[in-house]
Amino acid sequence: MPSLAEIKKSLLTSIWFMFLTFPVMVIRVNTIYKTVEWRWWSLFYVGIGSFFLSFLWRYLIRRKETGQKKVQSGRAPDKSLLRSALDRPGIFIPALIVLAAVAVIFPFLFSMYQTNIMINALIYVVVGLGLNIVVGLAGLLDLGYVAFYAVGAYSYALLNYHFGIGFWAALPIGAGLGFLFGILLGFPVLRLRGDYLAIVTLGFGEIIRLILENWNEFSFGPSGIANIPRPGFFGIDFSLQQATTYIYFLMIGLVIFTIFVVNRLQNSRIGRAWIALREDEIACQAMGIDKTKTKLTAFALGATWAGMGGVVFAAKTTFINPASFTIWESIIILCIVVLGGMGSIVGIVTGALTLILLPEYLRAFSQYRMLIFGIILVAMMVFRPGGIVSTVRRTYQFEALGSKNDKR
Amino acid sequence: MINAKDTPPILEVKNLTKDFGGLRALDKLSLEVFQGEIVALIGPNGAGKTTFFNCITGMYPPTSGDMLIAPPGKKQRRINHLKPNQVTAQGLARTFQNIRLFPNMTVLENVMIGRHCRMRSGVLGAVFRPKSTIEEEKQVVADSYAVLEKIGLTKFVNEFAKNLPYGAQRRLEIARALATEPFILLLDEPAAGMNPLETKELDKLIVRLRDEEDVSILLIEHDMKLVMSLSDRIFVMDYGKKIAQGTPREIKNNPVVIKAYLGEETDA
Repeated sequence: MPSLAEIKKSLLTSIWFMFLTFPVMVIRVNTIYKTVEWRWWSLFYVGIGSFFLSFLWRYLIRRKETGQKKVQSGRAPDKSLLRSALDRPGIFIPALIVLAAVAVIFPFLFSMYQTNIMINALIYVVVGLGLNIVVGLAGLLDLGYVAFYAVGAYSYALLNYHFGIGFWAALPIGAGLGFLFGILLGFPVLRLRGDYLAIVTLGFGEIIRLILENWNEFSFGPSGIANIPRPGFFGIDFSLQQATTYIYFLMIGLVIFTIFVVNRLQNSRIGRAWIALREDEIACQAMGIDKTKTKLTAFALGATWAGMGGVVFAAKTTFINPASFTIWESIIILCIVVLGGMGSIVGIVTGALTLILLPEYLRAFSQYRMLIFGIILVAMMVFRPGGIVSTVRRTYQFEALGSKNDKR
Repeated sequence: MINAKDTPPILEVKNLTKDFGGLRALDKLSLEVFQGEIVALIGPNGAGKTTFFNCITGMYPPTSGDMLIAPPGKKQRRINHLKPNQVTAQGLARTFQNIRLFPNMTVLENVMIGRHCRMRSGVLGAVFRPKSTIEEEKQVVADSYAVLEKIGLTKFVNEFAKNLPYGAQRRLEIARALATEPFILLLDEPAAGMNPLETKELDKLIVRLRDEEDVSILLIEHDMKLVMSLSDRIFVMDYGKKIAQGTPREIKNNPVVIKAYLGEETDA
């Protein structure tokens, strides 16, 4: 039974919410007839709704706190059910096979629209994994990441327009240009950290976008570049349906490649250096790690994936203009990393799929779509601040006696 | 000077001065450490001891003066303009006054970071994992474990650094520094916050490191009992200047040192 104090608290919450939502929910001004409609009944709904939801909210907060206490008292944090299930090869491998099977039959099972959404989500998986190197591993908050995405997309579009370079040649070129721009951005921000770094990278992202928007001779300005060819396959002409399926499988391949490389990178000498840099920059340097080199490799390698993602994006949409590369994109990608779980590959993949697919499937709720999306984001950060897959980083484990290094 | 040997000192600092704006934190400080010595640097709070450490390890550029190292078997060289990571690569390793471990890395990984500058594999090695990289990775785990064995931290090997008891965190800092294969260890208040038992163990550990690992030690410390029992020689600083140097016995009876620590007798 809720105590009197709790009821009082909920009552206050509901009054506060009624007050807050009053202008939006109650007053409706009809500008044509110049009348004001007072919808008092919606105030009633808000009151009742927030009264009961506040109980649920407090219950969830309590549950989260007891969970934390458990973790603190125990020596090692309890592994989640999912995590311990994944650790057992008897479950992990069949799960992987099922996942692969679903991925393969997906475009044949669902409509082209669904496949297109999925391609989009997969591009974000790749780009998110790239940003994860910068933000999740090296701990450098980059708010202008979309600039590298734009570099990739425009490098394909422009090279194709002027020189007729095809997709497969443009993919490594886009990646290379991303790498180069990563270093270009990396140099001036070497001394910066935290908020200052965030602001400078934000500025960098905007500079790239503004250049693309205003330098008409170079980038065709806001009207963008159209008729970018889709990726080719030994000169075979595809129908639109086939081309979409083809890009889908191409993206699946790119995602697997990205996961492979990022996974190897993070379990290497360089990956350890990135994590050490995130943990304590001064100690990291004092232990003999070259800060400059480590930061630059993080920026450059992160940007490489954005460049590749950009090339595929241009090829998929066949039209790009600067409006696709606004600060909002950077924020979405950052949300994927933070929400999915910084530093965790499984987390980023889940995060990207949720964050990109959810708004699409919420279209059924039409105008409330973004509201629901926002509520989910807030709730996530309150109840799972570590991300969907909270960072159970693979650590180097030492098995007693012998020099075998076993990784969880 | 007792240690007038033929070989040059492994660490020689000449007239080191460091200004922060108008404040002179270090004033023409000279100091030398010989192979196999344990040297203590003491002085009241704010005397500039940690600034001195930060200068020799490359964290601060000195205003003037010379810092020279002569690793055993190598020629003497100047380390004035080296970056901290280059200084470490040369063989000077340090610990921090306020513990600076990598809290979300395991004890083993912390030590593995110390091995970083002795490893070579790069980005391509990480992605393609050739045989040499695999070998190197195996070696680094084995080496790091060996260091933990020496320091006596093996029971925590897979624990996160942040979950370690305080005394063990201090020792892990030493282990991490030792993993960089230094010829001289700079310890910044290694006994701060330790209980008497832990201090005693630390005393033993430092002597053992000198005897078995062939590292010389320069330490900043406030625990006078530890300093007196441990050090071969002591340097005393106050207001950025060296005010005395000598054996523990000489320092104990030096009127200038007593004045710096306790204030003017007649003024009291």
